[in-house]
Amino acid sequence: MIRRIAFIAAAPLAAFALTLVISSLALVVFGSNPIDAFSDMIGHASELETQVDILNRATPLYLSAVAAAIGFRMNLFNIGVEGQYLFGYIIAAQVGTMLALPAIIHIPVILITAMITGGLFAAIAGILKVTRGVNEVISTIMLNSIAVAGIIAALQGRWQPEQEEFTATTLGTAPIDDTGLLPNINGLVEIFTREIEQGGELTGMLLVAIGVGVAYHLLLTRMRFGFDLRASGLNPFAARAGGVAPKQMIVAAMFLSGAVAGLIGMVELAEEGRFPADPIQGLGFAGIAVALLGRNHPGGMAFSALLFAFLDVSAGILQSTQTATKEIVNIMQGIVLLAAVIAYGITKRVQTREEARATAEALQSVETNTEVTV
Amino acid sequence: MSAILKLPAWLRWPLYVLVGIFVLTVVQSISDTERLTQVATAREMLRFSVPIFLAGLGGLFSERSGVVNIGLEGMLILGMWFGAWGSIEYGAWAGLAIGMAGGALGGLLHAIATVSFGVDHIISGVAINILAPALTRFLADEVWESPTTSPRTESVGDWDVPFLAGGTIFGNETPDILLSIGQTEIWFVHDVAQLLRGLLRGTHFVSYFAILLVPITTWIVWRTRFGLRLRIAGEDPVAGAAQGINITRYKYVAVILSGVLAGLGGAFISTELSGLFQGGNSAGRGFIGLAALIFGNWRPGGVLIGALLFGYVFGLDLRDLDGTASHAMLLVNTIALVGVGAWALSRNRTTDAILAGILGTLSFIWWVSSDTVPSWWSNILPFVLVLLVLVFFAQRLRMPAALGMPFRKGDS
Amino acid sequence: MSAAIELTGITKRFPGVIANDDVNLTVEKGEIHAICGENGAGKSTLMKILYGLQGADEGTMAVNGEVVTFNSPNDAIDRGIGMVHQHFMLADQLTVLENIILGAEPTSGGGAIKFKEAEAQLAKVAAEYGLTIDPNDLVETLEVGERQRVEIIKVLYRGADILILDEPTAVLVPQEVEALFDNMRDLKAAGATILFIDHKLDEVLEISDSITVLRHGKTVATMRNDGVTAHDLAELMVGSELPTPETGESTVTDTVALSIQNLTVVDEDARPVLEGIDLSIRKGEILGIAGVEGNGQGELVDAIIGTAAVSAGTIGLLGNDITKLSVRKRREAGIGYVPEDRHREGLLLDAPLWENAALGHQTQAPYGSRWFIDRKGTRRQTAEIKEQFDVRTPNIDVSAHALSGGNQQKLIIGRELTSNPSLLIAAHPTRGIDVGAQAAVWEQIRDARANGLATLLISADLDELIGLSDTILVMLRGRLVAQVSPDDVTPRDLGAYMTGAATQDDGQAA
Repeated sequence: MIRRIAFIAAAPLAAFALTLVISSLALVVFGSNPIDAFSDMIGHASELETQVDILNRATPLYLSAVAAAIGFRMNLFNIGVEGQYLFGYIIAAQVGTMLALPAIIHIPVILITAMITGGLFAAIAGILKVTRGVNEVISTIMLNSIAVAGIIAALQGRWQPEQEEFTATTLGTAPIDDTGLLPNINGLVEIFTREIEQGGELTGMLLVAIGVGVAYHLLLTRMRFGFDLRASGLNPFAARAGGVAPKQMIVAAMFLSGAVAGLIGMVELAEEGRFPADPIQGLGFAGIAVALLGRNHPGGMAFSALLFAFLDVSAGILQSTQTATKEIVNIMQGIVLLAAVIAYGITKRVQTREEARATAEALQSVETNTEVTV
Repeated sequence: MSAILKLPAWLRWPLYVLVGIFVLTVVQSISDTERLTQVATAREMLRFSVPIFLAGLGGLFSERSGVVNIGLEGMLILGMWFGAWGSIEYGAWAGLAIGMAGGALGGLLHAIATVSFGVDHIISGVAINILAPALTRFLADEVWESPTTSPRTESVGDWDVPFLAGGTIFGNETPDILLSIGQTEIWFVHDVAQLLRGLLRGTHFVSYFAILLVPITTWIVWRTRFGLRLRIAGEDPVAGAAQGINITRYKYVAVILSGVLAGLGGAFISTELSGLFQGGNSAGRGFIGLAALIFGNWRPGGVLIGALLFGYVFGLDLRDLDGTASHAMLLVNTIALVGVGAWALSRNRTTDAILAGILGTLSFIWWVSSDTVPSWWSNILPFVLVLLVLVFFAQRLRMPAALGMPFRKGDS
Repeated sequence: MSAAIELTGITKRFPGVIANDDVNLTVEKGEIHAICGENGAGKSTLMKILYGLQGADEGTMAVNGEVVTFNSPNDAIDRGIGMVHQHFMLADQLTVLENIILGAEPTSGGGAIKFKEAEAQLAKVAAEYGLTIDPNDLVETLEVGERQRVEIIKVLYRGADILILDEPTAVLVPQEVEALFDNMRDLKAAGATILFIDHKLDEVLEISDSITVLRHGKTVATMRNDGVTAHDLAELMVGSELPTPETGESTVTDTVALSIQNLTVVDEDARPVLEGIDLSIRKGEILGIAGVEGNGQGELVDAIIGTAAVSAGTIGLLGNDITKLSVRKRREAGIGYVPEDRHREGLLLDAPLWENAALGHQTQAPYGSRWFIDRKGTRRQTAEIKEQFDVRTPNIDVSAHALSGGNQQKLIIGRELTSNPSLLIAAHPTRGIDVGAQAAVWEQIRDARANGLATLLISADLDELIGLSDTILVMLRGRLVAQVSPDDVTPRDLGAYMTGAATQDDGQAA
């Protein structure tokens, strides 16, 4: 068992070590001191307020990762998480403004609207794949551009609140009543820690994300649907012969993936209270990276979401201390991803070979005594 | 129709293009726009097409060798940065070369991951697409003190074709034949002349080179030893290895070459299209190049036509401030969809025909009931076009048989 | 005169397995030398070493008296060795010419292939050995026999005079085998040395001059083909007589389990790949389908299991029309499926055995229900299959890829039979597995038959088909063309029906 864990952890650790080496070299080449930079980052991250920031950043990253992972588990590459979450985000925000309900209903309605919208938008790519043979990688990327460059911009203009003066910043939706906003969970944390200062608020979506992670885990390990999903990813032909309907599976997986993607924007919505003029972007692609780094595993993705969030948040401190360019954190994310992906390729081969050997050896010790009988 | 299909490809494709221009001319004569066939439209089309085409052609080499290359976008971005940097530091031509080297670096990474370590091709490509912009931001910040923009770059310049578009030969002026024809107002003929002139006047050297790459690539892939071995790597690598061919080496060369071409496309963007490095200016052209590759059925001529098609819509959108040209495009769409529908009917593909009919009707209704289209529609038109093209053609195509499959020496 | 090939002490280890253990082999010039041994005896590994596809861990090789080391097939080719692989090494989308010249393309300085010159050279080689082929056909359009001819010409084109033929008869019907043997005799007459791998003993005895037998990776014996009998060879190969499939007493009942009427399936271009199929299988009956591969057997299986769309006709299971049901509904209704290619359709190679056991039955007890997977039940059932079907594995948590082919197959047979199906579709159930596993699979199918199972058996091994079936139907170009009784039919007769050389006009099969 320990051997197994060491096996699993070896690759990402090696990738991370390599990342430290390469990014240090990059910093040295451009005249920065990597040790200063890294100690700034770590020092910064040891503060409670920074940790809240990290969790706030890790939450949408994790949701985004789970969204991508649902597709990856069946070799379905949903590269369009970005468009799906923005689309779910703006529709949910608009629905939220149109409703006046008690919080206990208002919040779930908004969340579910976001999930359904994101899911339906993602399902388009699934439907195109099964009915028209369109590769989902290209179609999700195109749908991404269509959502971001076209639909979102158009809706931002159409739904902006009526005000005396229109400015660029009024683009977006009107504010949602407070009943529609998920409260922060500072109280929960402060049971264990001191008070969170500087107006830091830990997003309530953290609990939702944890719930999604648990649901994802149960889906894969306990549910028949999850079994079918994984079987389709491991061997689509065997899955089909085993009764899994491939077309329904593809559309369902895309819907589910998009539905989780829909939740990503809810973190920002709870904070902003509306769909703003310049919503946070890039979470979709970052989520793919987090999923790949975490090997689509619910726990692994949690680790990598925290790592990515730590790096993202560290950009701020580097900018203020000027020990190194803040762009180094992006490099570190990129390198750790590529290195990990390669390292996983290597460990998978080693693991396959090891297992074959171990199995053959275990059998040989038995079979030397019993000659093959016919 | 079947007579046309029997023509050799080098005759057939230009014929399709002429039909396309004819449709544009007809539509233009009943619309409020003249932009559909202007010289500048053709020029913009070509400018936008070149990076798409180069990325697509890079994809062709990579995918013909069996390696899916979704990382083209990242390689294009590397080419953008390195091209800009090289151009600023060492001059225009060096910029192109350095841009290609930058793209090659991306290709090398992709080859190492997929060919040597068996990483899933799409996963490796995605990783490169995430790494490349991060790297260029970092480098731009360190070198130019801004993560997203560089100073102005130098361009290698352009060239007018003598006689046809009034270029000079050894300093002597030549006539501008296409200009004269373009001014004649002869219906259709002057439209063709204008569009052609847009391709031949003030055109960037890289653009000419890109067009030359069509016959060059065809020759390399189908007539040379390198090409045959490249194709066996993509069709049946095990059979190739059994004949003593070093499949790994061919895959490496092909994937690096795809990075070189995408890198050139990127360098073209920063030194010619934008005149500087600007983060985000790749605008998904690597991905659209892949769509052009699929549209072109993994053949160079087809990739060029696909790239020109997408480039046309991009170029038109750029110059269409009042939305009239995009409005006229609704009618072009309608006619194209009717054509697709008719073709589908002749092949007994009823579903395709019905789908084309519905979409064509919607497009027609929109055209009739409006005078202009909103700007968001023109913004997304290129992407919608990519999707439509794939919706109707994806199933008709044949990709290399072993595309995306892992290969290891000693497998059988 | 030195021998064409001399292998001394060749040893090759794979993780946990010794594929070749101190193998010695001497092949004289100009002879046809057969290598026989059962599946897994190490024949293929030995040939891969000889052809430079894999390196040996120990031992030496000498070709024409010179000691050699091969790092790639190129080295072997340079020494005049050529290999015709069991699975054809031809790219469908390339022309015959392109496939043949690959690796030895005549080029001009710029790297351009001189296609004209290549074509002339090819014509010369083909004429020399009396083989004909159109160089500009796409390989895709060729039939099996023609493809094999392309493979042989390919080897000759490279100038080989030592040919390795790896189980060349496996894909051929008896009549095509004759033609191949004629070609081999011509090649020998033209001075070629041939290494011929096979495990069909009658064929070995017919064509070879010398025979080497491998067993468990070791050379057991080398002999001249002179008074040797099939019995002797079998004993050398497996240590006892080769098992033969036999069903014994008929257990056929009157209850029809599967009934197919007028079944038609078309391909993408609306051409029929299966046309007007009528057949029925009763409980306790094994119905065998004979046919050259690619004549509609695969489509028949797909139509019954539900993965191919039926364009006309009906399929009934125990009196219920299942034509329109999904694969899952059909599996739940009691169709067990042993696929032709276990790696492609039978297993999740990277998943543990216990998950593989559930595959195809995940919606049913003891594996699971409509919504959930019962992990405990699945594991218990897998352990039971392991015991009952003698799946040799240290535990049920190892991945499927770690098991040998025979044990993988036993797992599949086990999971299908323990789910108590009313119909079992068994496509090539003993392909590529060792004798022990083969005998076990036959026994399991026989037992299930005795318990009233209806079985559709598809096999390219005509002896297996004749030995196990109660009735045999022959398929050709998507139609059933003959019905024969296994009691009075020979593989040769079957071969004649399979190729269309003989026909049955009395309409029995229709």
